[in-house]
Amino acid sequence: MIAASRLLAALAIVGLIAPLPARADSSDLQIIHVLNRIGFGPTAEAIAHVKEIGIDRYIDEQLDPDAIAEPAALTNRLAALDTLGLGAAQLFTKYGPPPAETNDGMKPTQEAVDARIKRADTILQQARAARLYRALYSPRQLQEAMVDFWFNHFNVYAYNGFDSLWIGNFENEAIRPNALGHFRDLLLATAHHPAMLFYLDNQTSTAPGSPNARGLFAGLNENYAREIMELHTLGADGGYTQEDVTTLARIFTGWGFDYRNLSAGSGSVFAFDASRHDSSDKIFLGQRIPASGEDEGFTAIDILAKSPSTAHHIAFELAQYFVADNPPPALVDRLAQRFLDSDGDIKVVMKTLLTSAEFRDSVSQKYKTPYQYVLSALRAAGVGIKSPTPFLGAMAELGMPLYLCPTPDGYKNTEDAWLSPASTTARTNFAVSVGSGALLAYVPPSELLAPRLVADKGIPDAANPVAISAVAIERLLGPSLSDRTRAAIAKSPAGLQAALILGSPDFMRK
Amino acid sequence: MLRRDFFGLAGGATLSPLLGPVWAARADGPPKRMIVVMLRGAVDGLNVVVPYGDSAYYDSRPTIAIQKPGSDTGALALDGHFGLHPVLAQLMPMWSDKKLAFIHAAGSPDPSRSHFDAQQYIENGTPGRATTPDGWMNRLLASLPGARTPTDALAVGPVLPFIFKGPVAVANLALGAKPEAPMAIDHPEVASAFDRLYDGAGRQEEAYRQGRAARTQLVADMSSDEQKMADNGAPPAQGFPAIAERLAQLIAQDRHIKLVFASLGGWDTHIRQGGDKGQLADQLRALGNGLATLANRLGPDWSNTVITVISEFGRTVHENGNGGTDHGHGNAIWVMGGPVRGGKIYGEWPGLATAQLYQGRDLAVTSDYRHPLAAIVERHLRLDDKALEKIFPGMPSARGNFADILAA
Repeated sequence: MIAASRLLAALAIVGLIAPLPARADSSDLQIIHVLNRIGFGPTAEAIAHVKEIGIDRYIDEQLDPDAIAEPAALTNRLAALDTLGLGAAQLFTKYGPPPAETNDGMKPTQEAVDARIKRADTILQQARAARLYRALYSPRQLQEAMVDFWFNHFNVYAYNGFDSLWIGNFENEAIRPNALGHFRDLLLATAHHPAMLFYLDNQTSTAPGSPNARGLFAGLNENYAREIMELHTLGADGGYTQEDVTTLARIFTGWGFDYRNLSAGSGSVFAFDASRHDSSDKIFLGQRIPASGEDEGFTAIDILAKSPSTAHHIAFELAQYFVADNPPPALVDRLAQRFLDSDGDIKVVMKTLLTSAEFRDSVSQKYKTPYQYVLSALRAAGVGIKSPTPFLGAMAELGMPLYLCPTPDGYKNTEDAWLSPASTTARTNFAVSVGSGALLAYVPPSELLAPRLVADKGIPDAANPVAISAVAIERLLGPSLSDRTRAAIAKSPAGLQAALILGSPDFMRK
Repeated sequence: MLRRDFFGLAGGATLSPLLGPVWAARADGPPKRMIVVMLRGAVDGLNVVVPYGDSAYYDSRPTIAIQKPGSDTGALALDGHFGLHPVLAQLMPMWSDKKLAFIHAAGSPDPSRSHFDAQQYIENGTPGRATTPDGWMNRLLASLPGARTPTDALAVGPVLPFIFKGPVAVANLALGAKPEAPMAIDHPEVASAFDRLYDGAGRQEEAYRQGRAARTQLVADMSSDEQKMADNGAPPAQGFPAIAERLAQLIAQDRHIKLVFASLGGWDTHIRQGGDKGQLADQLRALGNGLATLANRLGPDWSNTVITVISEFGRTVHENGNGGTDHGHGNAIWVMGGPVRGGKIYGEWPGLATAQLYQGRDLAVTSDYRHPLAAIVERHLRLDDKALEKIFPGMPSARGNFADILAA
C-alpha cells in the first residue's frame, strides 16, 4: 500500500461543493444491475453499448464470448506477459525446480535454486496481472465473471508446491475455455490438469500392491475423490458414502503425471499409469463399473456430471453467485432442470438465469466480494491502471488475495462471508486511495525499473497524475445511489466526493 | 504453511470526536478471558498427543509415527501412555506446571468428514444442524454480564469467522505487520464525511460504526507508549508467533477484551506429512512457538486466561499410501492457561485396535467437543446452565469429568 502522507497530500485538493447531476430513470438502473452482475460493474462505454442494443441482446452477446472482439488495450497488455502462452510442461522445466543433478553429475547450487524460486514468482505475478486486466478491460464480462465463479468452484491454491507454476495455465486451459461450455468437459479438464492433480494429491494415489506401488506412490489417497464429489459435483448432501469415496479413489488410481514429458518440457503432463491402477471391478454410487483402466475414471466423471444432485448443486451455486445469497428455490429448481435437460450446457442454464424475473428483480441484493469491489471501483473510476500490484494488494488486505484461498472450497461470495467491521473501514480506506487518484498513479519501484509492459493509447502514462472525476462517476452510477447517499455526498468537499461514492454502502452492493 | 496470508492485513484508524468517550472509563481489574484457536484443515491429533503405549499406533503408521519417548526424535512423555510431538517442547514447562491439559478422542458427534460441514458444526455449536444462524461464541458473548464495549470480543483476521456471527458486535482485526499504521480515514475531514455517509440503520452502516469504534480503541492500544517500549526495536516475527505476540500485547493493554478467536490453516496433510520432522512438524513448531509466546507475553493476565485449541476432526489412524493421512474422526483438544488443572490427559481413551476404531478406520469420539468448552464457560466465565442451553442448545447433558479441568 502507498504511504499515508502521499494519500493525504492528494486529499489536500479539497475544494468547493460541486452540483451533482439529476437522477436517471429506472431502465438505467436495470442496465447498471445487468452490468454489475454479468461482469464487474458499469463503465461509461458499457452503458452506452447496452443502451444502444438493449439488455436482451446484450445478454445474448455475452453468452457467446468468442464472437466479442477484445480491444488492443487488453490484447497488448496480455501479449506482454510472456509466460501466459507456455504449456504446463514448459512452465515446469523453465520455471520449476532445477534438475536434481546437472549433466555432469553436479548438484545445483543454493544460488541456482533460489534464482529459480524467484523466477517462478514471475509466473504467478503474470497470471494475476492477466486475470485483473481481463476482468477490467475485456468486453467479455460474463466470461470473466464465470471464470471467477468456476475458479472458486474448482479452487486451487497457488502456494501449494508446484501449483504456483500451473495456476494461470489451469485457469487459461481448463477453466476459461469451458466456462460457458458443457459441465462435463469442464469437470474433465480440471480432473486432468496438473494443478488439480497436484493440489488434491491424486497424482500420487496408487493401488496398494500394484506393480509400480513404491515410495511416495505406495497407496491410496482419497483427497481428490472426496472433494470432487463434495465440492465439484454432488454436494455434501448429494447422497454418497465413505465407501463411495474410497471406491472413487480406487477408480482414479494412476491418474497422474507423465514424468518424462515433465522433464522434457513438452507434451501432456497428464498421463494414466496402468501399473499403479486398481484393476478390480467396482461399484460406485450403486452402479457397477467393470475393471477397464483409465475408462473407469471417464465413466465415473459421466456419472457425476449427469447426476441430479450435481445439477441441483451447480444450479444453487450459480443462483447464489448471480442472484441472491439465499436464492429463490423455484429458480434453483428451474436451473437444475435446464442443466439436466441440456446435458449440462452451462450456456443454456445461464440464459435461463439471466433472463429470469428473479434475476431482474434482485437489484442490490448481493454484497460485493473484495475481488468484485476492487474491480468495480476501478471500472467506475474510468481510468486505466498503471500497475496491478496495488490492487492485488488491496484484495489481499480485504481478505481475498488472488489465487490464495488455501482450501478447496474456494472463496465464498455471500454477504455473511465478507461484511465485517474491519473490512468496512478497510474498504472506505481503499475508496479514498482510488477516489483521490493516488492509488491509480502508483507504480511499485520494482516495476518502474522493469521494461514497460505496454504503451498503448488507451491507458494513461505513468508520468501523469491521475484525475478522477466525481461528477463522471456520479453520472455513471447515479440511479444506483440512494437519496441518503447523494445527500451525504453533496454535503462533502468536492475533493472527497469520488471517494465517498466508491466507499458508499450502495456501491458495496450490486 | 502458517503464512501471513491467512491473516491478511488491514489499515488503521484513530480517535474520532464523533464517536465520543466510549472507553473513557476502563474496566476494573483483569477480566476473565477465553481464547479459542481453531486449526482449520484437521490436524493429525495422533501425532500431536501420541499414544505411544498403543502398539497399534506403530503398526498403523510405518513411516510417520513419532517414536517412543527416550530418544532425541521421540515423543516427550506426558504420562505412561501419551507423549507430545517433540517440536512442541516449548509447551512442556506448561505441562510440568500443570497448566496444560489435553482431551483425547474428542470431537463432534456428527460423522461428517467434510472439512466445511465439520467446521460449521464446531463454529455454530450445533453438530448435525447446519441451519443454526449464529456462532456459539456470539451467543456466549451475548450471555456475558456487564456493559458492552466495542472490543469485548475480537476475531483475528480481516473477515469475521462464523463462530462469531450473530447479533452482538464483534471487532475484527488483521494482526499483520503494523496493524496500527494510519489509514486515510484517520484524517478528521475524511472521517466525518464517511460518518455522515454511514449514518443510516442497515447492516453495512452498523458494521461501519463498529469498525470505526473498535479500530479507534485497538489502534490507541497498539500505539501506546507501553506498547512501543514492549516492542523494544525487535524485528517483527513471522507467522503465528508474530500474531500471537501482537495479540498478547493487545490483550494486556485492552481490559475490555474477553473473548478472542483466531484460526490457522494448513493442516490437511494428505501427503508427506512427515514424522518428527517435515510438514506437520513445521506447522506444529510455529503453533507451539506462538502459544508459548502468547502465554509468556500475557504476563499476569495468564492467570485469568484459558486458551483452547480445536480442529474440525482428526485424521485416519492408518497412514495412507502417500505418507499422509486422510480425513478421520476423533482428535485431541488442547486446553491451557492459569486456571487450568493440567498435567493430565482428560477423556476416555477408546484404543486403536481395529475393533475399537470408528467405522473400522478412525479414532472414536468419546468426548463431545462441547463438553470441555461448556466446562470452561461455566467455571471460568461463571455462566449458568440456562446460559449454556443458549450457547450449546441440545448439548447432551452427561458432560463427563470436565468440571475438574479448571480450578474452582
